[in-house]
Amino acid sequence: MSKILIRGAKVLGGEPQDVLIDGEIIAQVGAGLSDEDALVVEADGKVLLPGLVDLHTHLREPGREDSETVLTGTRAAASGGYTAVFAMANTFPVADTAGVVEQVYRLGQEHGYCDVQPIGAVTVGLEGKKLAELGAMHESAAGVTVFSDDGKCVDDAVMMRRALEYVKAFGGVVAQHAQEPRLTEGAQMNEGVVSAELGLGGWPAVAEESIIARDVLLAEHVGSRVHICHLSTAGSVEIVRWAKSRGIDVTAEVTPHHLLLTDELVRTYNPVYKVNPPLRTERDVLALREALADGTIDIVATDHAPHPHEDKDCEWGAAAMGMVGLETALSVVQETMVTTGLLDWAGVADRMSFKPAKIGRAAGHGRPVSAGEPANLTLVDTAYRGSVDPAGFASRSRNTPYEGRELPGRVTHTWLRGKATLVDGKLT
Amino acid sequence: MQRHLISAADLTRDDAVLILDTAEEMARVADRPIKKLPTLRGRTIVNLFFEDSTRTRISFEAAEKRLSADVINFTAKGSSVSKGESLKDTAQTLEAMGVDAVVIRHGASGAPYRLATSGWIDAAVINAGDGTHQHPTQALLDAFTMRRRLVGRDAGLGQDLSGRRITIVGDVLHSRVARSNVDLLHTLGAEVTLVAPPTLVPVGVETWPCEVSYDLDSTLAKSDAVMMLRVQRERMNAAFFPTEREYSRRYGLDGDRMARMPEHAIVMHPGPMVRGMEITAEVADSDRCTVVEQVANGVSIRMAVLYLLLGGNEPAVAHARTPEEK
Ligand SMILES: [Zn+2]
Repeated sequence: MSKILIRGAKVLGGEPQDVLIDGEIIAQVGAGLSDEDALVVEADGKVLLPGLVDLHTHLREPGREDSETVLTGTRAAASGGYTAVFAMANTFPVADTAGVVEQVYRLGQEHGYCDVQPIGAVTVGLEGKKLAELGAMHESAAGVTVFSDDGKCVDDAVMMRRALEYVKAFGGVVAQHAQEPRLTEGAQMNEGVVSAELGLGGWPAVAEESIIARDVLLAEHVGSRVHICHLSTAGSVEIVRWAKSRGIDVTAEVTPHHLLLTDELVRTYNPVYKVNPPLRTERDVLALREALADGTIDIVATDHAPHPHEDKDCEWGAAAMGMVGLETALSVVQETMVTTGLLDWAGVADRMSFKPAKIGRAAGHGRPVSAGEPANLTLVDTAYRGSVDPAGFASRSRNTPYEGRELPGRVTHTWLRGKATLVDGKLT
Repeated sequence: MQRHLISAADLTRDDAVLILDTAEEMARVADRPIKKLPTLRGRTIVNLFFEDSTRTRISFEAAEKRLSADVINFTAKGSSVSKGESLKDTAQTLEAMGVDAVVIRHGASGAPYRLATSGWIDAAVINAGDGTHQHPTQALLDAFTMRRRLVGRDAGLGQDLSGRRITIVGDVLHSRVARSNVDLLHTLGAEVTLVAPPTLVPVGVETWPCEVSYDLDSTLAKSDAVMMLRVQRERMNAAFFPTEREYSRRYGLDGDRMARMPEHAIVMHPGPMVRGMEITAEVADSDRCTVVEQVANGVSIRMAVLYLLLGGNEPAVAHARTPEEK
């Protein structure tokens, strides 16, 4: 049976409607639809969103399959309501050649839980010394459009300028991990009141802000577009706001955890809260929420960063940086943006599907929920509340900061081009 | 008292005064021909040192032996323990050996806290210095030294340091001693002023219960104690200050500066001293300098802490005196 009738779903949070999927396409959207051949899904007032798109995911394959693989990562993505993820380049080997990005892309297609759009490295081996073959990665089967040395900053101004210029030839974008390396030597957490007390090396806000300021000016100068990864400070928001007001082609993302958690949590010394960029202050969190609401920050991206237990079950200084996020992102966004009245569900669709797909040029994703569009859809039970239980995660890693925390919302169904990847909260 | 001693900030005023008073009792043991109490007989204490510190380790070891504990020294320095999991592995090994207390020194801030709270181990955890975070027994021995000198040995019993003005000078940014002292001295009622070049003061210091000054000379006349912190020479290469000479001129303690301190004021240093840089030989060797006392007091303080943490609730010495002095 290739037809599915979703009955009574609030499309983008609006009035309940019926949505008929035929094969890979949305055939009809309207009231009182019926189709005798269709499998009926009673949505019962749940919210129907376009399939979510994550512009910043670490799938770890190749090289760290003990943390995550393309299979486990895309299953986690489907559980979280995603139909496309952009896989970061910091694998082993680094995704800096057509061969590696094609391998990652093909694994995504084979497994079929979620489209995987590889991100190519900006520089060979993420070393910041020599441009990777950006054109070859773009022309490969993977069709790479986003390039990033994420995990490391492209800190050499000339290298960054060249990359920004070069990708213009094929409409690419450079996604910058904004971290001035000298200012963050030995950094363990946000530099401020808490780091002073805990005696942990400080990661000052200015180390992020100075790179963003430089890069928006470079993007303006060469007339290219730049994307800022995981923006985390109130000052960064101000710079991006200024750049946009000047007409600079800059986009920015915020992670769910930077919308919810603060550096006060580091007082526990529990490495589950160790992340890069670090958790900031309450003031930063509120500024990020405002900026996401008013569009200064364009999108939410997870920075899903799986790590095996032993890399987190140790002292803070020795622990790996990062958190998993694919399976909790929508709940955190509901908690921080919808429950607070800052965004409605159409706004969530915009920040978690339409815009990320647009920035990453992900064909077929981030499309309206209307007839003739690819049936990439996510059904969310927004009334649900429950505490996060990592034991149920599809991700191979469990390094979530939300264990035991009550969060709203639960993705019950995900369809990738009309094929269900998640049904009643269970992966197919 | 809590079960662990991780941070000087965890101590209430009454806890701290109890430790200081108990340390006075312990100090009397050192004056006896047989410097040993049976108090912790049958208890096993591990000195778990991930970072070299002969002074601190020997001080703890002396304290443990004077209390008749069984002592295991575990030095875990080197490449084999560079991976984080080794702390957990080591802890579990010690747990399996039935250890009662772990005295831990670690290069990473928070490692003792993690050891105490992660469920890896059941023993009492005593922080003997973690990264740039805390070194609570150092703060206690400093407070003990101040109380003896500024309030009095017997007159000090039961007393705190209310109204005393303490100046801490030097590399506050990288100093667990400064952090611990600010917390403890504030709890004990003292007024603390930190003096350092702005590069060596942490961002966020404004929430600490102390004053901050960049000018040593203006604070000397109103200080009851001046504590000089060690300044590592490599800080110079990292541009925290221009030259060693400039640092000495602005923040070093020499005879002239010492002469501007009140008559009764003392000079302290956690050791080891770099003579000529932060303190001149003239000052270091003067009888106002308490460095040697601080070392002796360290043993008394550590005896008191171990005794109190490992369940002592009767006066330590009186309890032990009877069988031994019959
Ligand atoms: Zn990342």
